[in-house]
Amino acid sequence: MKNLKALAYKLREDAVDMIVAGKTGHIGGDMSIMEILTELYFEQMNIGPENWDDPDRDRFVLSKGHSMEAYYAVLAEKGFLDREEVIANFSKFGSKYIGHPNNKLPGIEMNSGSLGHGLPTSVGMAIAGKKNGQSYRVYTVMGDGELAEGSVWEGAMAASHYHLDNLCAVVDRNRLQISGTTEEVMGQDDLHERFRSFGWHVIDVADGNDIDQLRQAFQEARGTKGKPTVLIANTVKGKGSPVMENNVGWHHKVPSAEELQQIRQDLKERREEALHE
Amino acid sequence: MNKIADKQVICDVLLEHGRRDRDVMVLCSDSRGSASLTPFAKELPEQFVEVGIAEQNLVSIAAGLARCGKKPYAVSPASFLSTRSYEQCKVDVAYSGTNVKLIGISGGVSYGALGMSHHSAQDIAAMSAIPNMRVYLPSDRWQTRCLMEALLEDEEPAYIRVGRNAVEDVYGEEKVPFQMNKATVVTEGKDITFIACGELVKPAADAAAALREKGISARVLDMYCLKPMDEESVVKAAKETKAVITMEEHAPYGGLGARVSQIVGSHCPRKVINLALPDAPVITGTSGEVFDYYGLNAENLVKTAQKVLQDV
Repeated sequence: MKNLKALAYKLREDAVDMIVAGKTGHIGGDMSIMEILTELYFEQMNIGPENWDDPDRDRFVLSKGHSMEAYYAVLAEKGFLDREEVIANFSKFGSKYIGHPNNKLPGIEMNSGSLGHGLPTSVGMAIAGKKNGQSYRVYTVMGDGELAEGSVWEGAMAASHYHLDNLCAVVDRNRLQISGTTEEVMGQDDLHERFRSFGWHVIDVADGNDIDQLRQAFQEARGTKGKPTVLIANTVKGKGSPVMENNVGWHHKVPSAEELQQIRQDLKERREEALHE
Repeated sequence: MNKIADKQVICDVLLEHGRRDRDVMVLCSDSRGSASLTPFAKELPEQFVEVGIAEQNLVSIAAGLARCGKKPYAVSPASFLSTRSYEQCKVDVAYSGTNVKLIGISGGVSYGALGMSHHSAQDIAAMSAIPNMRVYLPSDRWQTRCLMEALLEDEEPAYIRVGRNAVEDVYGEEKVPFQMNKATVVTEGKDITFIACGELVKPAADAAAALREKGISARVLDMYCLKPMDEESVVKAAKETKAVITMEEHAPYGGLGARVSQIVGSHCPRKVINLALPDAPVITGTSGEVFDYYGLNAENLVKTAQKVLQDV
């Protein structure tokens, strides 16, 4: 499927299937990052089962590891995993398909789950690329609530100190976290200014669920030299169905039968709309 | 008296390997001077990464480097490395299975008078409790060299603790007895067993020598490998002698004594005495003064051994 807008909705349907089958999952964040992951995996990065052992492959770290169902959907679509097997086993007793990234599975670089680790480990990967004269790029996706972790800023400091222009971070700026809005829990504005003051090139993606805008931003990041780039992607938590959108109660939640019916219908409609755009 | 600290040897070995393998890298958290790593930073600047005073970042960056094929050595005072960056050691190194060697310098009570913030009397317990993490406390510069050479050959996570100051030799330059993950028998003995690690192996050996004069034969095991611990040597010693005394520069919880007691209790129950630091901030002083105050010395080991042998 080349239409990435439609693909993102199809992958949302897959993630919902996993959550329903596993009776658990961080559904809100899964939905908000789907275009980011789709654009990265199907347009920007040279990562696939065919080059997984290639030292020159791009690197990706899902720092907000709890968006694992979205990541499983993408990895399955890329051919790293079997979609039906993930759905059948996700979060079940003894399963290797757990709720956070685990690099015992193909396609996953680093284990995460605890927040504030992805940017610092990505800094290490980017330094290695520079030292070796390799041209791969390193991408990491963080949540906005995650930015309260001090270790994020240790990584941010080192990334600009070492001029890591091969590093691109994305903030899934959906403005919600488990206890409420980010601005109530621990204010993140002005996020752009914070990253700028740490020496980063900052790109605001007005609609972080828009493939075209994301593509333009990733291209700008690729052309930015001498400093790392962060995309502040303004997304909608629960994107895809009004049942979930911008609703703090959907941080992690399994839809009821009625909600599920509505969510599936909404996702299908949006996928079809995208196909006919 | 030896004047070469273990950390100096670590720098020497890393330099020797770093010169011929550009993947060998050293990371410091504003600690290159205290770690004696300035020569490495000067000679191989492309293989040296300074992260500033940020131990969490130190470990995570090392993990990222390792994931991309580098062989990073993350070096920082043991107190900060084993607690400030504990989660990074757990998640980014042990759980992600990255080839990072964590070198804790100035370990235990090396920073004697600087207070509990600078002491690492919990690191054996903390690091041993992490699955896929190995823990080593070498006893002198010769063993440190052997250990480093062995670690440079493998690709698994490990935590290594060394002290700040030069310590007296346990071994000599010629034919250092060393087998990876096997305790070194410093002296054979049949009456009682001393099991020690790190800087306290030397006083244990001295105690055994003093007891020999009194007609008591003490076996001394250098358990530099805290995890995986050499259970076979512990069980053998417990079976072949009448009692076991452990001595360590660590809190009484979760360290050498606790693990040896578990092993002995499970396989061949014998009297086990644990000599360790207290479960409290330690008294102010140099390492030597602190050891003497808490009885972590040859003299107290001799007395304890004599008393235990009367009782069993």
